[in-house]
Amino acid sequence: MAQLGIREADAKALLTTHWDSYFGDTLQSATQSVLVTNGTDLQTASDDQSWLKDTALVAKPDMLFGKRGKNDLVFYKQSKPGDVTLDAAANWIDEKAKQDITLHDGNTGRLRYFVVEPFVAHEASEEYYVAIQAENDHDVIHFSTQGGVEIEENWDSVTSIKIPLGDSDKKINAQITNGLPNTVDNHDNLVTFISGLYRFFRDLHFTYLEINPFIIRNQTVHLLDLVGKVDDTAGFLMHEKWGQLEFPNSFGRDAQTPEEKLIKQIDEKSGASLKLTILNPKGQVWTLVAGGGASVVYADTIADTWDVKELANYGEYSGNPSMQETYQYASTVIDLMTREKDPQGRDKVLLIGGAIANFTDVAKTFNGIIKAFEEHADKLKSIGVKIYVRRGGPNYEIGLKNIRNAARKKLGLPIEVYGPETHITDIVRISYEDTHN
Amino acid sequence: MTAQLFTNDTQAIFWNNNTKAIQQMLDYGYICRRETPSVAAIVHPTTQTSVQKFFFGPREVVIPVVKTTEEAVRRFPEADVFLNFASFRTAYDVTMDSLKYKSLKTIMVTAEGIPERLARTMVIKAKEAGKLLIGPSSVGAITPGSFKIANIGGTMDNIVKTKLHRPGSAGLVTRSGGLFNELANIVSINANGLAEGVAVGGDRYPGSTFIDYIRMMEKNDKVRYIILLGEVGGTDEYDVIEAVKNGEITKPIIGWSLGTVAAHFASEVQFGHAGAKANSNSETAVAKNKAMRNAGIQVPDTFNELPKLINEVYNQIKDQISEDVTTKTTKSETDAVTTDEQLPEIPEDYTAAKKSGKIRKQTNFICTISDDRGEEAVYAGFPISSVATPDTGFSIGDVLALLWFKKRYPKWASDFIETVIKTVADHGPAVSGAHNARVTARAGKDLISSLVSGILTIGPRFGGAIDGAAKHFKHGKDENMSPHAFVDYMKQEGLAIPGIGHRIKSTKNPDLRVESLKKFAKDNFPDTLTLNFALEVEKVTTSKKPNLILNVDGAVGVLLVDMWKNLNYSDKEIEQLIDSGALNAFFVLGRTIGFIGHVLDEKRLNMPLYRHELDDILYDVELAE
Repeated sequence: MAQLGIREADAKALLTTHWDSYFGDTLQSATQSVLVTNGTDLQTASDDQSWLKDTALVAKPDMLFGKRGKNDLVFYKQSKPGDVTLDAAANWIDEKAKQDITLHDGNTGRLRYFVVEPFVAHEASEEYYVAIQAENDHDVIHFSTQGGVEIEENWDSVTSIKIPLGDSDKKINAQITNGLPNTVDNHDNLVTFISGLYRFFRDLHFTYLEINPFIIRNQTVHLLDLVGKVDDTAGFLMHEKWGQLEFPNSFGRDAQTPEEKLIKQIDEKSGASLKLTILNPKGQVWTLVAGGGASVVYADTIADTWDVKELANYGEYSGNPSMQETYQYASTVIDLMTREKDPQGRDKVLLIGGAIANFTDVAKTFNGIIKAFEEHADKLKSIGVKIYVRRGGPNYEIGLKNIRNAARKKLGLPIEVYGPETHITDIVRISYEDTHN
Repeated sequence: MTAQLFTNDTQAIFWNNNTKAIQQMLDYGYICRRETPSVAAIVHPTTQTSVQKFFFGPREVVIPVVKTTEEAVRRFPEADVFLNFASFRTAYDVTMDSLKYKSLKTIMVTAEGIPERLARTMVIKAKEAGKLLIGPSSVGAITPGSFKIANIGGTMDNIVKTKLHRPGSAGLVTRSGGLFNELANIVSINANGLAEGVAVGGDRYPGSTFIDYIRMMEKNDKVRYIILLGEVGGTDEYDVIEAVKNGEITKPIIGWSLGTVAAHFASEVQFGHAGAKANSNSETAVAKNKAMRNAGIQVPDTFNELPKLINEVYNQIKDQISEDVTTKTTKSETDAVTTDEQLPEIPEDYTAAKKSGKIRKQTNFICTISDDRGEEAVYAGFPISSVATPDTGFSIGDVLALLWFKKRYPKWASDFIETVIKTVADHGPAVSGAHNARVTARAGKDLISSLVSGILTIGPRFGGAIDGAAKHFKHGKDENMSPHAFVDYMKQEGLAIPGIGHRIKSTKNPDLRVESLKKFAKDNFPDTLTLNFALEVEKVTTSKKPNLILNVDGAVGVLLVDMWKNLNYSDKEIEQLIDSGALNAFFVLGRTIGFIGHVLDEKRLNMPLYRHELDDILYDVELAE
C-alpha cells in the first residue's frame, strides 16, 4: 500500500537479527531493548532480561512520532542522568499511559507502547547522525558528526552521499569511504557501519531509516534513537527477513475502531480494495465512495462546500468488490451513522458517490448497498438520513434504477440519484443546498 | 515522427490472458475502423492452447497465445506496445524481460503495489533501454480513434458517450485511473474530447511522469491544450511548473491537484493512492495548486469549478481549431469538430444480451438430477456438503437414491442398496469380467482401459441375470401364476429361468450371500411378495435338481422389485426401470469395485503380458473353401 512506519523496537530487533550478515565480526551491537505497554509488563520482562535490573535505564514512547526529547517524553534521569531504575521506569510508564497527551505538533492520543533500553553515558561530541532516504533513482545517505536533537539547526554539518540504484556493494563501499569526512575518528569502523547499514536498508526494503544519535566506541555501536519506515508492498518478498512485522497506526490514530478493523480485515482477504477511516463520528456528512481518486475528490469538495468538521468518514471501495463485500462495507458505514441523532437535530447526509467506473459492475455493487439499506431502513428513517447518489460505469443504468426504486418505493427513504451527466461532485453541492435552505 | 502515443496501426503484445480487457481493445479498434486487431499476440506462460478466439466486430478472429515474450516478439516484430498485466508478484520480472526486445517501444504495467525498490529499478532500466514506461498501477492510455489500452475509457457505451472513439483537442494526464473516465466525460461535455490521454499510475514511482507525457503532447499537433490532474504527494507537478516557466511548454495547461482536504488533518490519514501522501509542505495539494497558478497554469478554485474552466479555455481556442481544420488538418479532426459520423455497430454479446432478457435460446439438454450453477453443486437439490461427511447421516445408498432415482429413500431401502453393492463387489479373479480386466492390465493398459474391458463383459451371460430375474418373476407374480405354471410358462417360451441355478451351491449347501439378503429383506422390508413367489418357484426347480436354487442375481433382482413396490412405485415405473437397465446398474457399480481391485493388483504385481497356453486350445482349422 505505501511506506509505513515501524516501531523503534522492531527496527532495532531487525538490525540485531541480521547484524552478522551486515557487520560480521568487525562491529558489535550494544542494542538491548524491550517493548512494553505498562509498568507491570516491564517488571515481568526483567525476569528474563536481567540487565533491566542491573542497568540504569532510558524509557520513551515507541509510537512512530519523533521529537520525543523536545516533548519531554524521554525518561533518562530522576535527579541526574543515568539514575533511572527498573521501578522508576515502570512508574514513569504507568504515569504517562494514564491519560491522553498532546504533542507540540497538536496531535493528541494515548501513549500505549514504550521502549526501554540501557542508559549509555556519553559526551555530546560522540553523537553521530545518519539518515538514509529512498528517492527516485537513488538513495541518499545523510551523515553528520553533530548528532543529537539539534540536527536541523546544524544541517550545514551534514554530508550527503547519493547512491544510485543498482550499484555493486564494492562501488557502494567506495562511495561511502570517500564520502564520509576523513577527519572523523574511527573512520574505518564508521565506514563499515554505514555501508552495512545501507545494505541492510536496501535489502530489507526500508524507505527511510534515521539513527540520531548513534555512538561508535572502538568496535561497539550504540543506537540511541532510531526511526524507520519500510515499503509494505515488499511484504511478499520479506516473509523470512521481516518475520511478523507490525505496522502500527501513527500516534493519534492508534485507537482503531472495531469498524475500521473489520473493514481492514475484509480488505486484506479481498482482491478488491476497501478502506475506512472514521474522522468525526458526530459529523453530518457520511460517504460511500467508489475509487481512490474519486474518494479524495469528494473529501476535498466536502471540505470546500460544507466544513471539514462535518466530514464523518473517509474511505473507498474499488477493484470490483463482490456484492457481499460491498454490503458489509455499506452496512458498516450506515450502522455507524445511524447510532445517534445529529447533536443539533439536523438531517444527516449519505453521499454514495463515484466516478465512471472502468470495469467495476455498478449494478452488482449497488445491490450490496441496497441490501444494507434494507437492513438499516428503520434506523435511517428514525435518525433522518438523506441519500444522494452519483455514479457511472458498467451497468450503471440498472444500478441507479435499482437503488432509486429500492430506497424510494420499497423502503420509503429520501434519495436523489444522478448519473454521468451530472458532475461527479455536484451531489456535494446539491446536498448542502438541500440541507441549508 | 509524430509525438502521438499510438496510431491506427499500433499493435500490442498482451501479457496475461485477460480476455475481457483484450475483447474491449478489439471492440474499440473495430468502432475506430481499424483494419487489424489491436492485440497481435497474448503471452501466457501456462497456456495449454496456441490460439484464443475473440470477436472483431461481428466476426471471430484468432489471436495467437504463446508462452514467452521472446516468442511473441520474434513472431510479431511489428507489435511495439507491450501490455504487462501480470500481478504485483511477477510484474517486475515480466517488465525487466520485456526491456530486452528492441521492437517494443512502449511498455505499460498495470500491477498495483510492486515493491518500490523494484519499481524504481524498473524505471531506471526502462529509461536506459529507451522505452516509454506507462505505470505501474496505470489503467492505461488512449489515442482516441486509434488505439486504447485494456479497460481505459470504460464500457463501449461510455466510450461513445464520452466521445473517446474519435480524436478531439485536449491532452489529458491524470494520476488516478478511476478519474480518467470522469475527466474524459467532463471534456466531452464542455469541449470536443481528447486527442490523447494517459493515466500515469497511482503508485509512488511511475515510469513516466506528467512532464514526460506533456513534452510529447507539446510536440503533438493534435493536442491543442493540456489538462493535468495531479494529487497530493510527490513532486511531479513541479517538473511541469518548471517546464512552463522556462518556456519549454507553451500550450495552454489546466491543472488541479486533488487532496486539498489533507491539509485539515494533523495525523497521517492515507488519502487515495500509495503515492498520495505529502512528505513535505511542497507536496501538499494546496501548495501544488498555488505553485501551478503562480507559474501561469490555469487552476480552478475548486474541483467543482474545473468543468467551467475547461469550457472557457476550449472556447478561447475553438475558433483557432476550426480555422486550422478548414485549412490544413486531417479528416479525422474535422469529423471530431463537426459531426459524429455513424459508428460501426458492435453486436451485443450473447451472455450480456441473455442476462438483460433481450434474447432467448432453446436448450439442447435437460438435466433433472444435479446442478452445478450455484454456490455449491447439488445432488437432487441437496448441496454436496450436506450429504458428504458421516455426520450428515447420508450413506452411499442415500446418495445413489438421490442421483439415480431422485428420491430420498427410507433407511431400510438405502441399507438394502448398500447390501447389494457390497454383495456383488467381487467374485474372484476367474470370472470372465475380472479375467478380462486382469489380462488387459497385464497388456500394459491403463486403469480405465482395463476396467472398461472388465465392465464390457457384463451382459446377458455375466451379471445380466438380475434384469431377467426381476422381469420374469415380476411377470409371473403379477399374472398370479402358480409356481408350477410359471416354470411351465418359461419352458414353453424356451427360456432358462434367470436367477435360478448355481454351479456348486444347492439346497443342502445354500449360498450364504443369498441367505443374508433374504434375511435382511424379511427383517426390514414391509413385505417381500416377489421374493416369496421366487422361493415357491425355487421349491419346484430344486425338486428337479438340487442346484437349481435362487442365486444371487435372482435374489437381488426380485428384492429390488419388492423394494420399489414397497416404495409405492407403480408397475409401469418398475418396468421402465428394468428396461432402462437400472437393475444391471447395481451389478455394474458393485463389481467396478472388484474390477478396480484386480487392476490395481496386477499393477502391483507387474506380471508380464498374458498369453494363453496353446495346449488349452483345440486347434481345428481347415482350409477354407
